[in-house]
Amino acid sequence: MHLNKRMSKFLSNFILVLSALFLLSPDILHAAWGLNMTQGVTPISQDVYNMHMTSLYVVTVIGLLVFGMMFWSIFHHRKSKGVKPAKFSHSTTVEVIWTLVPLLIIISLAVPATKLLARMDNTSESSITIKVTGYQWKWKYDYINEDLTIYSNLATDSVEASQRNSGINPSSADNYLRNTDTALVLPVGKKIRIMTTANDVIHAWWVPDLGWKRDAIPGFINDNWTIINKEGVYRGQCAEICGKGHGYMPIVVKAVPEKEYLAWVEDTKAALKSKKDSGDKELTMDELKSKGEAVYKANCLACHQANGQGIKGVFPGLDGSPLATLKDRIPEHIHQVIYGKNNMPAFGEQLSDTDIAAVVTYERNNWGNKTGDIVQSKDVSAGRKK
Amino acid sequence: MSTKAHADHDHHDHKPTGIKRWLFSTNHKDIGTMYLVFSLIMFFIGGSMAMIIRAELFQPGLQFVDPQFYNSMVTVHALVMIFGAIMPAGVGLANWMIPIMIGAPDMALPRMNNMSFWIMPFAFALLLGTFFMEGGAPAGGWTMYPPLVLQTGKAFPFLIFAVHFLGISSIMGAINIIATVFNMRAPGMTLMRLPLFVWTWVITAFLLIASMPVLAGAVTMLLTDKYFGTSFFNAAGGGDPVLFQHIFWFFGHPEVYILILPAFGIISQIIPTFARKPLFGYASMVYATASIAILSFFVWAHHMFTVGLPINGELFFMYATMLIAVPTGVKVFNWVATMWKGAMTFETPMLFALAFVILFTIGGFSGLMLGITPVDFQYHDTYFVVAHFHYVLLTGAVFALMASAYYWLPKWTGHMYDEKLAKIHFWLSAIFANVLFFPQHFLGLAGMPRRIPDYSVQFADFNMVSSLGGFAYGISQLLFVYIVIKCVLGGKKATGQVWEGARGLEWTLSSPPPYHSFTKSPKVTKALMDY
Amino acid sequence: MASKDIYFIPEPSKWPIVASLALFSTFIGGAMTLNQSSNGKYVLILGAIGIIYMFAGWFSSVISESLAGNYNKQVDVSFRMGMGWFILSEVMFFAAFFGALFYARVLSVPWLSGEGHGVATHQFLWPAFKASWPMSVMPNSTNYTAYKDTIPAFGVPAVNTLLLLSSGVTVTLAHWALKKGQRTQLCAWLFATVALGALFVYFQAGEYHHAYTELNLKLSSGVYGSTFFMLTGFHGFHVTMGAVMLAVILFRSLKGHFTKNDHFAFEAVAWYWHFVDVVWLGLFIFVYWL
Repeated sequence: MHLNKRMSKFLSNFILVLSALFLLSPDILHAAWGLNMTQGVTPISQDVYNMHMTSLYVVTVIGLLVFGMMFWSIFHHRKSKGVKPAKFSHSTTVEVIWTLVPLLIIISLAVPATKLLARMDNTSESSITIKVTGYQWKWKYDYINEDLTIYSNLATDSVEASQRNSGINPSSADNYLRNTDTALVLPVGKKIRIMTTANDVIHAWWVPDLGWKRDAIPGFINDNWTIINKEGVYRGQCAEICGKGHGYMPIVVKAVPEKEYLAWVEDTKAALKSKKDSGDKELTMDELKSKGEAVYKANCLACHQANGQGIKGVFPGLDGSPLATLKDRIPEHIHQVIYGKNNMPAFGEQLSDTDIAAVVTYERNNWGNKTGDIVQSKDVSAGRKK
Repeated sequence: MSTKAHADHDHHDHKPTGIKRWLFSTNHKDIGTMYLVFSLIMFFIGGSMAMIIRAELFQPGLQFVDPQFYNSMVTVHALVMIFGAIMPAGVGLANWMIPIMIGAPDMALPRMNNMSFWIMPFAFALLLGTFFMEGGAPAGGWTMYPPLVLQTGKAFPFLIFAVHFLGISSIMGAINIIATVFNMRAPGMTLMRLPLFVWTWVITAFLLIASMPVLAGAVTMLLTDKYFGTSFFNAAGGGDPVLFQHIFWFFGHPEVYILILPAFGIISQIIPTFARKPLFGYASMVYATASIAILSFFVWAHHMFTVGLPINGELFFMYATMLIAVPTGVKVFNWVATMWKGAMTFETPMLFALAFVILFTIGGFSGLMLGITPVDFQYHDTYFVVAHFHYVLLTGAVFALMASAYYWLPKWTGHMYDEKLAKIHFWLSAIFANVLFFPQHFLGLAGMPRRIPDYSVQFADFNMVSSLGGFAYGISQLLFVYIVIKCVLGGKKATGQVWEGARGLEWTLSSPPPYHSFTKSPKVTKALMDY
Repeated sequence: MASKDIYFIPEPSKWPIVASLALFSTFIGGAMTLNQSSNGKYVLILGAIGIIYMFAGWFSSVISESLAGNYNKQVDVSFRMGMGWFILSEVMFFAAFFGALFYARVLSVPWLSGEGHGVATHQFLWPAFKASWPMSVMPNSTNYTAYKDTIPAFGVPAVNTLLLLSSGVTVTLAHWALKKGQRTQLCAWLFATVALGALFVYFQAGEYHHAYTELNLKLSSGVYGSTFFMLTGFHGFHVTMGAVMLAVILFRSLKGHFTKNDHFAFEAVAWYWHFVDVVWLGLFIFVYWL
């Protein structure tokens, strides 16, 4: 299937890279396969790139010298050439030299590294503060000054294509595994403070174009900052193993002019508010189920699986489970989605009443579950008050 | 027990027979053999997990395993390779060679020696048994970071106890080696005449004794956090998940040197032999090894630059880490200087040793780059790191172990191995290990995180190259098994000397050596060790 | 005896494999118990019995080899090195827990309350938390137990310090007696040491009971309770082991084992006892007092 297509693209790229290596042309290399670290779009990322290249050049030169000596020796000092081995076994002079010279090289690398680190550490005078919280497996962004909170999940087309043997070509998904339903929108040219923390396990927030990654640790906050100089969409993903969904929690940063950013903030706030207000409306079974399916894919599928079977011993199944089928346990079902239980996170904060109502209805009327139960948003808001 | 039987044990060279020879062994060579065979088996078990990983990563999309199982593969592959393959192989070599190299009749504490070995299969039964448990095998990474590792299912206590069990084995093995080297040397075998392999192992043994109990403490805290309500690693109770990482890496970094120092020793034995020239800078080799070992206790946090340490901490650990490049550089320069103006031949052990020097150094270079904190913020937890530690551990430690196997096989078995096949094995290994791991540098720089079962299509091509290299490397290793079996079963008779340029006590014995190596202490003179 | 000149290599022995099996059974039983399997305790008990059987068997063969005069000076040195480095590994085990204690006291708890590196942590996550040590109020005590009070240093712990320190003296007096060949004094001082150790464990158990029942100070009392009980608990376990070992030595002394010049087992246990003593001093200072 798509393997053949992959193979032919692979071969053409392979030839391109080989010829690029032959011609020693870094531009072609970069274009073909992404061989090097990104220079990024912030002052810091540019410095990090330069530091990376400096150290790369330093080790390359050392390598050429050492391996050059070694190969010279391999070609000339071999028994088959009739060489008689020398007897020497030490030389204080050269030993002192090859202890001191590396030391000097290291110091010359450490000095600029120290300065760069000090610059990265200074989060003062930032104009916008974002609190990033890692969840299994999504990101939450709090715009501290704006009183705005958004959640960012893996985009649905990637979710579907990434299921085992889905039969969907990953290339057909928009930025496969690197696209989200909601982007973190930030203004360009402003110093932005980005705090990372986590809700459950350790995650790491990483957008290569910003020049750093930082762990998101439950119970603690790490401080970082950035100034994005160029408009654009920058992609990254979680960089610390955080369970089965570790490969499925991408980050999308959308850098826009400040005016656009302010407009986006207002729009998003208004949209969230209207979503909340319209929550009281009664929906039909079909409306609830179709909405619920979308919510399920974004939030529940990673653990409970597309077929509702879960994973034995780790994530309980929903298909045929008493919680999702017995009528008298509806309040408990709602409660568990809102507040979580054991390893299951609480969804009450990130999902609206309507979303929860929809997903509960969906779970009770999908797969083998044919209860006919309809849960409305008012049931959920009643559940929240308890 | 048989208090009388021992009295005449030195009069004849009788071997116990049957299964009891192995189960009840007090013989350093038999125990060494068991260690080596065990580690080879584990190498293939860990290797098959690596094949599953590379198969899943062959192309984007999820084809073979679930993400949870993929994470188990990543986790258990590392645990098996580190604790099951590389460490026991090193201990096996130490068992076989140290008594012979220092002119001792056996290890200092032979019964404890056997216990160190027999713990290993049981400990791995605990660990590998978790694959059949509810919730599957551990899947939080071999580093076992909380809170993630606390989400492990029924496997959790088995993981913890397997680590305890392995720790007991390692500590006993290390104590034995120290006692043997300091107490059992033949007259004239002064400390500064010790073969470098023995020196590196003594230093490794100190690292083991000082670091393994710390790991035991760390995993004990995990256990109590999960089952007994303690809050070492939970901020709600005043603890910190990062505390685990500090304790773990206080063990973990010395552990890295536990894996590589014996390899340094092996290479320092092999290069002089095939260059027919004394090791350059013997004393500085010993001091460099010791400095690396001491420094290894002060660099742990370079594994955790991104956790958000205070800047002073990050600077300290960056400087200390970069400092390690100095003694490591001294070792590499000494090896090259040993080759310089020698009369080299290129039998398989030498080929692996030369490949080691180059490829380990490449791993060292990426290590230096990783040590630069601000840039590590980009490299950390990407395939750049994966490439780095596989260069150091596979083309480093494993290549050195392969070199040692070819170097000492004739001594162990009394037969020469098949040189032609061995050279094919070398070239296949050297080429495909690079096809496997070199592209991973590019993947990491391009932004691919480690420990993910599936990836964005932009990473597809290099992953395919890497997987192809991986499969070829994996298959090539079967050739090694064939060569070893062939050599054990027969082949050209090996002389005691085996290699023209070999020096040291082990080459004064017949091949294979008598069951009790040195029943009378040999006299060691400077001339014996010299060229 | 001729064998004094050559290094003693024991005949093949079953004890190593018995030891591995016993430990294997213990670990499996322990893991099963933690996984709430009802059969776990049987496997655990089987393992424990195996361990006791192994120790008894292994050590009795070592003792009979020793009494038969098989061990020369060099073997003695091997044993000494073995014990010495084993004690160092024990020191490192405790070091991990002391490290956790210092980290919690000096870094994580102050950070959580906004000191130094933890300004944002405090401001955004735990605005209400105030650091103190012992930590009476936790950042979030939902899953933990808040204690009413802690155990003051200058009560039973101070008494226990005196007990252990004097037991260090008595074991040294026993050693002097042994070197002078005064068997009665040896046994008397050894008995005193065992008694002091037992008394220490008794008092410590009383304190634990007091902490759990009256002070509500438990393992689950936040990181203070965790470090407190894990450190003192592992120490208490080591004291118990040490006292058992001393009792064995006492029993052997009564049977007439050991000579003026040849009594490695006695010394090994004495070293161990001093090690336990020194760890206690660290505990008394850093856990109870400061």
